[in-house]
Amino acid sequence: MFKETALSGQTTFFQKLRSLDYILLVCILILGVISSLAMYATDGGELLYHTKSHVLRFIVFFVMMIILSFFNIRFWHATGYLFYIIVLGLLIWASLYGITASGSQRWVDLYFINLQPSELMKIAIIVCFAKFYHRAQINQINNFKNLLVPMMILILPILLVVSQPDLGTSILIALSGIIVLWLAGINLKYFIYSGLFLLISMPFVIAFLKPYQKLRILTFFNPDKDPLGAGYQIIQSKIAIGSGGLTGKGFLKGTQGYLEFLPEKHTDFIFTLFSEEHGFIGSLALLFIYGVIIYRVIDIGKNARSFFGKLFCFGFASSIFVFITVNMSMVLGLLPIVGSPLPIMSYGGSSMLATMIGFSIVMSTKIYQKQLIA
Amino acid sequence: MFDGGGDSGYKKLSTVNRRMFIMTAAKLVIFGGIITRLFSLQINENKKYLTLSDKNRLREWRLPPVRGDFEDFFGNKIASNLKVYQLHVVPEQVEDFRYLMIRLRDILDIDSKTFKKILKKRSQQKSWETLIISENLSWDQFAKINFYLHELSGAKPVLSVARNYPYDEKFTHLLGYVAQASEKDLIENEVIKKSHVPGLRVGKIGLEKTYENQLIGSNGIQRYEVNAYGKRINQIDFVEGKKGTNIKLTVDTEIQAQCNELLKDKAGSICVMDIYTGELIAMHSSPSFDPNLFLYGISHDNWNEILNNPKKPLINRSIQGLYPPGSTIKPIVALSALENDVISTKFKVNCTGKTEMYGQTYHCWKDTGHGIVNLRDALKVSCDTFFYEMSRRLGVDRLNLTAKKFGLGEKVFNGTYNEEKEGLIPSTQWKKNALGRGWVLGETLITGIGQGYMQTTPLQLCLMTAQLANGGFKIKPKIIYDKKSDSYEKIKAEMEKNRIDLLSDFQQDDALVDFSLEKKKRDTDLYKPLYRNQENVKFVLEAMFASTNEVRGTSYSSRISDKKYQFAGKTGTSQVKKITEIQRELDLDISQIPYEERDHALFVAFGPYVNPRYALSVFVEHGGAGSSAAAPLAKKLFKTIVDRHEEREKIREKSLMEI
Repeated sequence: MFKETALSGQTTFFQKLRSLDYILLVCILILGVISSLAMYATDGGELLYHTKSHVLRFIVFFVMMIILSFFNIRFWHATGYLFYIIVLGLLIWASLYGITASGSQRWVDLYFINLQPSELMKIAIIVCFAKFYHRAQINQINNFKNLLVPMMILILPILLVVSQPDLGTSILIALSGIIVLWLAGINLKYFIYSGLFLLISMPFVIAFLKPYQKLRILTFFNPDKDPLGAGYQIIQSKIAIGSGGLTGKGFLKGTQGYLEFLPEKHTDFIFTLFSEEHGFIGSLALLFIYGVIIYRVIDIGKNARSFFGKLFCFGFASSIFVFITVNMSMVLGLLPIVGSPLPIMSYGGSSMLATMIGFSIVMSTKIYQKQLIA
Repeated sequence: MFDGGGDSGYKKLSTVNRRMFIMTAAKLVIFGGIITRLFSLQINENKKYLTLSDKNRLREWRLPPVRGDFEDFFGNKIASNLKVYQLHVVPEQVEDFRYLMIRLRDILDIDSKTFKKILKKRSQQKSWETLIISENLSWDQFAKINFYLHELSGAKPVLSVARNYPYDEKFTHLLGYVAQASEKDLIENEVIKKSHVPGLRVGKIGLEKTYENQLIGSNGIQRYEVNAYGKRINQIDFVEGKKGTNIKLTVDTEIQAQCNELLKDKAGSICVMDIYTGELIAMHSSPSFDPNLFLYGISHDNWNEILNNPKKPLINRSIQGLYPPGSTIKPIVALSALENDVISTKFKVNCTGKTEMYGQTYHCWKDTGHGIVNLRDALKVSCDTFFYEMSRRLGVDRLNLTAKKFGLGEKVFNGTYNEEKEGLIPSTQWKKNALGRGWVLGETLITGIGQGYMQTTPLQLCLMTAQLANGGFKIKPKIIYDKKSDSYEKIKAEMEKNRIDLLSDFQQDDALVDFSLEKKKRDTDLYKPLYRNQENVKFVLEAMFASTNEVRGTSYSSRISDKKYQFAGKTGTSQVKKITEIQRELDLDISQIPYEERDHALFVAFGPYVNPRYALSVFVEHGGAGSSAAAPLAKKLFKTIVDRHEEREKIREKSLMEI
């Protein structure tokens, strides 16, 4: 079983260092710089709280990511379920003793950091599934038992997050999970069946939504109806992006953001502010960087010999993509407003921590790409 | 060898690779969609959104909510809102802010300190937030501003409302007052935070604070479209605010005003209460101050004057002031002794002016002594020697039960006033817990004449008297008028029913009921007897009558012989300091004793003696003897109280008809 140990044992630290994916690292660094500048702009061109803590978090988590990259991919495989269970435990903790802010109980106080476990769950669910399907035989994947277990693994955290209530994050967890399930080889027909089932049960689900969530969905379809109420965010965001034009209003020259028209500009609406100041060209550049990151993660997945690493990379690349598109579609008025941060760019420690952990598993896959996992 | 192994592993890999390829294709399409959307917003519709961003900014102005009024029982407004002229400036609408400010300074004659304050406030606000230059323009200033208005572009004279207390200092302690909301107010009260606008006034103490959430009302909202320079282009929406709830009180302005008059230049308190409905007719604490001073931020001089006044105007003596009740406690001590069968009404003591007990000498207030006195005489002439002997036999714990039952040592308006104090009715258990020492028998004696550890508020004494005067039934004191609350007739019938119930129930032995149980069933006890045998209550009331209306009674000189106004009462003189033997021999006149060491004067009374309706307590801090400093005030007040009674009943009938 461990005949490769000799091989990996021979890999020197220097070799490991060389096999890091530098394109990916550089792209993440660029994102870090861009996001710090954007944060500086939302703070009104002053070095205030948000900027400082964003920069600090980025540096700490980036270093942590590089250190974690040297962990053997077997470590991640071995701790896959444990990781999931710990995050699930944190979610339960949050729902029992969590800190409540703006009507939602989603943080746990870990004394040195207020952690939002639902953000970590976005990654944990992928690791957990990658481990599950690593062992599964292709002809057994569509077994009843092999369908039921992942289903439970997915539904449990979603229910916990919905009850916080945090509709946005729970949708994103669901999407990440579903994509991995599909990539792993679950028959398409089950997705269609579940989709139909959801469609039918929609009216019942809507009956359970909180009034503000219903309102958000309704305003999405007609934002101009109530320009000062719930449609306000969509309209103001569109105005900000639209007024940016080809080249943007220039760094620190955006008007919408400074006039406090943009709510949550540090977090979910960071792209709005960026796009207002840097225009179409700036936005394309940002999309390009995200594109390169996703491409690199997929490429690492392709070259991985272990199915665990491969499925994780594919799943992670896909969920990053989903997070980006959901966030951007939202601020562009293509989707209803649900809370969803833009990876690395948005202010928020838990989201950044989760993304960085994801990147370190990808890096680890790259460094140990020849490694097999029994 | 691949994980999973063999053919199956290969199939698994090909599936995942194939699906990833489809996924990647989908990603490219979706990215394409996002780019298209970006293109259409930023390139195609750029002009439209640029205009929207530059010119059509929506802005919201919140108007201050209009506070609810307080009115007295007769509908007189005792706290309302006054129209005031204010001067507002929105800095971003002003071309040359400095110039405007200098012009305004000259026109309004603003002193340099205030001027600096305004400039400081400006630097802390956003440029589109309204800056209040003056909160209360005089008519002269207002006229002047309007005259120069064409030169003062950006300045806006506005009509606004401000809290106003038309009775100045007369209701200050009862109502409390409002002042500018502080950081603390915003943190503590969600409702204030929600309706906050710069310059909002909120209740700081008293009823104004307790009923803040009902009084505050809701903000009006003006929404404007504004251009890039913040100029309002047009108003798109105006939501009118709702005025806060008006609160009607049970108090009588005229009686309250007379209390203020009676306590002028004195420190003290007067409380008047309806002995059946529990309605508070008046509650005044002196010295008072003008709450209107706090509206626009009290000036340094005014504040210092209030703060440094040795008579401490900020204290609401009626509910915050704790004083030994002195001889006003004697009716309760007598009642407790009778109820517990410690003595009979025929019990006699020979008063020689002092008595030796437990190795100490205890003095009666009358050095020459009262001779042989029975209980009725002892209450009438307030003989201390008699009460020493009686309370020695009674013991402090039984006295404690009776006193607490009648409302002493407990907050009268629990929850209505944050500042209300509980007072203290001592017991052996209390002393063990609080001081860690055992009860000394001598302490029982001085407790029996309302000295020592015992401390009560003037309002508690008023409630105690009311619950004695109504025949010994529990009532619920209130200050907020409620149309639906029980009428006098209903309460009286209820008490009569409970009286008969008690007579028919021989098993009942109230005097022995455990106090902890007593506390639990407090509210259900409403209108229930507080006595075991009503004859005892009647005896005490009759003795109080004698004290005021018979020769040698301590308040005889304050009597009213006209049956319509005739009242019964009990004086009290409570010592602030232990009297030394030297002082006793000197027997100084009150004017020769330093103010802080003079006795407190107290008087509790109820009337009219036949069919009583009202009880009162008068307290004069360091006023000297109760008979000379407190009782005469009650005499003057009783005339008004009785005369106002008819008016009050008329109003009550009218309000009942409205239902």
